[in-house]
Amino acid sequence: MKKNNETLDEAVSIRSADKVFNPDSDDEVQALSGINLDIASGDFISLIGPSGCGKSTLLRLVADLLSPTAGEVRVFGKTANQARLDQDYGMVFQHAGLFDWRKVSANIELPLELKGWSKSERKVRSKEMLELVRLEEFGDHYPRQLSGGMQQRVSIARALSFEPRLLLMDEPFGALDEMTREHMQVELLRIWRETGTTVVFVTHSIPEAAFLSSRVVVLSPRPGKIHSEIEVNLGDRNDATREDPQFFQATTEVREALRAVEASE
Amino acid sequence: MTKRKAFRTAFTVLVTLILFVLLWEGYKWMGQQTDDHWPGTGFGLPVSTDDLTMPHSGDIFKELTDEIRAGRETLPMTVYLLKKAGFTFLEAAIGFSLGVIVGLMLAVFMLRWRFAERGFLPWINVSQTVPLIALAPIVVTWARLQGYPDMVGISLIATYLTFFPVAVSGLRGLQSPESSDVELMHSYAASWTSTLVKLRLPAARPFLFPAFKLAATLSVVGAIVGEISIGTKTGLGRAILDFAQRYAVWPERLYSSVIAASLLGLFVFGLVNAAEWLVIKRGREVAK
Repeated sequence: MKKNNETLDEAVSIRSADKVFNPDSDDEVQALSGINLDIASGDFISLIGPSGCGKSTLLRLVADLLSPTAGEVRVFGKTANQARLDQDYGMVFQHAGLFDWRKVSANIELPLELKGWSKSERKVRSKEMLELVRLEEFGDHYPRQLSGGMQQRVSIARALSFEPRLLLMDEPFGALDEMTREHMQVELLRIWRETGTTVVFVTHSIPEAAFLSSRVVVLSPRPGKIHSEIEVNLGDRNDATREDPQFFQATTEVREALRAVEASE
Repeated sequence: MTKRKAFRTAFTVLVTLILFVLLWEGYKWMGQQTDDHWPGTGFGLPVSTDDLTMPHSGDIFKELTDEIRAGRETLPMTVYLLKKAGFTFLEAAIGFSLGVIVGLMLAVFMLRWRFAERGFLPWINVSQTVPLIALAPIVVTWARLQGYPDMVGISLIATYLTFFPVAVSGLRGLQSPESSDVELMHSYAASWTSTLVKLRLPAARPFLFPAFKLAATLSVVGAIVGEISIGTKTGLGRAILDFAQRYAVWPERLYSSVIAASLLGLFVFGLVNAAEWLVIKRGREVAK
């Protein structure tokens, strides 16, 4: 795994970020408090924690879909806002969110269309992306003709179509059945290796976090804080890795951190 | 629509029509036997069954093929009604198109500015509680005083009825995308207009077409009511007005014009259905 000098090649840098919803009102909620996080380029980071710990909120701060109440979020050395305007990241949600009136290839081409690419350029790229996610034959299908796992692969293809350097994923496999989920994890790691994209991955699944990430960030709730960070080094992973003692050890470490979070509540 | 489905629909329509005719004639026959009383009781029937109140269905259909003198020429009734309906259709079509444009503009306006939704929506609802029969002469007189042809006033009345379902359903449709869909567009730094064109408008289509269907039939109602209150020289409203005045001597004629009006309503409904199929459904029926 490549791990470059962090200060030179930093994807995301968050400095003492707070997020308060509905400030100064009765239903004020402190969602995040004092978050410091650095993510190196090419890394695969998981954010895990009990529900309400603000992991999705943290992802949205990076995406500039929300603004921090205090502190600073920088993406590739720019403000998060600038990074969004430059489209430095692609985003994948729990629900594939494909537009059902567009064919699969047209869904993948949506961000390119918005960027003003020509039709022929878009066509070439969507074909490449369909190959990347191994859905070559499904470009002319409509989303609802695809299974949940296939739809999520299209969603990943759409997020990567404009070659962003950062991929933000919000529980992308949360709605899939276990077998599909494990298959998608292997696929995602292959895509990650092939494209060299930095990934920030929100999940509430312990084995998923342990299997995918080079670093697992554990959050504690109310207000959301970083509880601990766990380095994982499983090297090249495949389905056999799931039966590896090292994998068991990694899941145990993450599980114990989450138990400590619960105990401290 | 598949061939089989089209056949089934046509079959159902035919069977319903036959059933309706049988009911009509059966009721009429029963009334004739019992002197307009429920059989075996002294209770009167709600509608009397004489030939003036309820002409034989055969006579009504026969009336459609009979000839009618219109000015200096003599025409078969069907041709006469078709000509009148053509004029009414034109007014309804103009009213419908204007209503769709106004309704969509209002929906987009209310989407863009929340205060507009809060401020406008009650007024849009109130607009539909004004009785059309009171409004029509006002609009028509206004249009006449401005020197416009009668068609303008009549189309405006049709517009008044059609913009409402389009505005209300349109707003709901434009607000229908999931928040993650909107976040997705935001993540692409898409402008408000791009989000409208690429996401909200296509997502609104399943909400808009039912509204268009309602609006299309309402546009015919609006056009006919407009014609009647303005007293135009032509149109189905004119035919209905004329035949109503001579109902006592020729009831079949009024019934035939009512049939023509409902067929026109069905026709515009069918047009919108066809448009919906072209826009939404055709693509979805590819091999699954």
